[in-house]
Amino acid sequence: MSPGRWLGLGAGALVVALVPGTLLALVWRAGGLAVPLAADWAALRFTLLQAGLSAVISVALAVPVARALARRRFPGRGALIALMGAPFILPVVVAVLGLLAVFGRNGMVNRALAAAGLPGLEIYGLHGVVLAHVFFNLPLATRLILLGWQRIPAERFRLAAALGFSGRDIARQLEWPLLREVVPGALLTVFLLCLTSFAVVLTLGGGPGSGTLELAIYQAFRLEFDLPRVAMLALAQIGLCLAVTVAALQVALPQVSGRGMDRVAERFGTMPPAFGDALLLAAAALFLALPMVMVAARGAAGITDLPVSVWQAAARSVGVALVAAALAVVLGLALAQAALNSRWADRVAMLALAASPVVLGAGLFVVLLPLGDPATLALPVTALVNAVMALPLVVRSLAPALRAIEADHGRLADSLGLVGRARLRWLWLPRLRRPLGFAAGIAAALSMGDLGVIALFSDPTRATLPMQISGLMGAYRMGDAMAAAVLLAGLSFGLFWVCDHWGRHHADD
Amino acid sequence: MTYPFFAAGFLMMAGLAHAETPILTVMTYDSFAAEWGPGPVVELAFEAQCGCDLVWQTAGDGAALLARLKLEGAGSSADVLLGLDTSLTADAAATGLFAPHGPVGAFDLPVEWTDPLFVPYDWGWFAMVYDKTRLATPPTGFAALAASDLRIVIQDPRSSTPGLGLLLWVKAAHGDKAGEIWAGLADNIVTVTEGWSEAYGLFLAGEADMVLSYTTSPAYHLIAESDDSKAAAPFTEGHYLQVEVAAKLARSDQPALADEFLAFVQSQAFQGALPTTNWMYPAVALKDGLPAGFETLIRPEKSLLMTAEQAQAARGPALAEWLTALSR
Repeated sequence: MSPGRWLGLGAGALVVALVPGTLLALVWRAGGLAVPLAADWAALRFTLLQAGLSAVISVALAVPVARALARRRFPGRGALIALMGAPFILPVVVAVLGLLAVFGRNGMVNRALAAAGLPGLEIYGLHGVVLAHVFFNLPLATRLILLGWQRIPAERFRLAAALGFSGRDIARQLEWPLLREVVPGALLTVFLLCLTSFAVVLTLGGGPGSGTLELAIYQAFRLEFDLPRVAMLALAQIGLCLAVTVAALQVALPQVSGRGMDRVAERFGTMPPAFGDALLLAAAALFLALPMVMVAARGAAGITDLPVSVWQAAARSVGVALVAAALAVVLGLALAQAALNSRWADRVAMLALAASPVVLGAGLFVVLLPLGDPATLALPVTALVNAVMALPLVVRSLAPALRAIEADHGRLADSLGLVGRARLRWLWLPRLRRPLGFAAGIAAALSMGDLGVIALFSDPTRATLPMQISGLMGAYRMGDAMAAAVLLAGLSFGLFWVCDHWGRHHADD
Repeated sequence: MTYPFFAAGFLMMAGLAHAETPILTVMTYDSFAAEWGPGPVVELAFEAQCGCDLVWQTAGDGAALLARLKLEGAGSSADVLLGLDTSLTADAAATGLFAPHGPVGAFDLPVEWTDPLFVPYDWGWFAMVYDKTRLATPPTGFAALAASDLRIVIQDPRSSTPGLGLLLWVKAAHGDKAGEIWAGLADNIVTVTEGWSEAYGLFLAGEADMVLSYTTSPAYHLIAESDDSKAAAPFTEGHYLQVEVAAKLARSDQPALADEFLAFVQSQAFQGALPTTNWMYPAVALKDGLPAGFETLIRPEKSLLMTAEQAQAARGPALAEWLTALSR
């Protein structure tokens, strides 16, 4: 076998060892499964309820927003679409701080309501969790649906105009078939992302009534060290995620990429008045931008006064993010080239979609326990878990590009005897630069903002920046927390920008 | 060839420096080791007498400490655990991870102390604390609180000793009716935090009308901030007591230092720092008495406290009851 094959097999084996492997390790160490308590059923119900609500609300709002974006041309349209990409790589703690500043008890919305003599909004519990999930997933769903919208050829709209279609006719003949195609995928994508949501539920959940399975696993592990219960909950969580992933793959998960959204569908004939669309887009932009602006406005001035411990945590986080990104890209490339010849590699990468970071972390913890204090390995474990979690996205952006390269140049390369390392260096890497940069950027940014595994291992002497921020929030040092959040958001976006820019620069395609 | 030589020399020197000052690792809860807590004062005073380096190791709130210790088992690097209370001592003793303490002096506690493993260092009554400027007539018991539309923040009994104390408080005061009380309280609870600091911070930031804390908490605002607006609400069913304890770990590699620390815990230097840093009553009578301001605090007429064994037996069912009531 060639070294490439070995690398692919090795990457696949690592993912299999981690995703089902850590679950098995937990069950084995626990020596059995606990019987679910009433509270565990409640956690399952809440998990499904919040993910369901988050998915339905995000997608229901995304459809009109995507339609408005697809049919209107206005200055700042590109900037708005770019803004839609921001929440995906915005660290959860930063968003939570921003949402608290806007919707918290002392936030601007509640102060305005109080001034108008109206009852206040509640942010803790189901409302808050769903609100935060909509904040993260409305833009994602909008981008997914917008991509679909732009697949409707402009000629169809011209034909519709020629045939004198009314708005309702266009909706029924052109838009409805499209939505039927893209909406299920968008719903399942958001649902799946919300199933394993942890940091949002940890910070905005209101106690046992609004805890997800992921949080219940964390609590059973860290607060009670009740392994049979951890194993039972982990099994339920992975089973659920696997079922949804399989369902999602049936309806073909949409691609996440920034391409092809710059085109406005040319529309002919009479259009509905622009007022409604303008209002809708303004509301969406405000909802997305305001929390980020609030954090930036309140935190930016405090950055220079941040304590040394925050800077040390920032350095640790950058280190973890870079290692995670490098690991994700190497593993992703190994799997993408294995996927050229066989179907298992793609499946293995999708297996990571069903992974739960808390289960991975807890499993690795019990595996590492006999070797010494697992807290000393908190940072490498975090980087590894982050890399695996980013893998589905990385493989999805590399595999199609690699397949295209092989289709175009594979035979020539074969006839030249360009194999192994030479093929990687002279054929693949130069042409994969753009997706590699994008994938590395996404992996680095996601890892930078991750607050999951590290919370399990929780050791203040090895805190990452998101953990440090959650600690500052806990001690109610909101000024410092906001400033550190600005730093974190800056580093996440910065890492993404540098990697993505590297990819675009001199991209050979 | 110089590099490995240097490296070896450096490592040896680091090793020697290590051997000269022994390190005592004390695992405790976040607010104890915080810069505004007793940690810095205690560290300075103990290091002056022991010729050692005292290192704090924190792992969330009190109850999380025990989980952490169970998690690490014999692999733990801690020599002393400081921050459990009597609701957890039976559970902690059953792990076999702790060693008996040396001879102890006279304690000034509201209960008799005979535990062979755990040394008490401070105590207090749990109470719901409120702001007098925002709440004129506080509820006088859990039933009244449940019937009101006041917003409260409490701590998770699985991670925090005040949270667990509240669980046992409701159980001790209401027995079989505890489940009903919790069901009634469910809609008053804004959120359940992992630790005391988060809950108190939310209360101070105005996110809640009352917070689970101690009868001594108003003293902090009075003494440190000259602010007399905070008060603890007296409950007619009585107030649950907390006695906080420290103990030596059996696997400690510094058993003599650990013993010295446990003796130091009972000294005036340590005890005198507690009322105005940990904001609790000291476990040993202070020579100079309590600081001015403490006389303004409410002193509950009725104290509730389960024995360590009762608490251990009550914890599981009470926790299930709590989870069920709040998960609806």
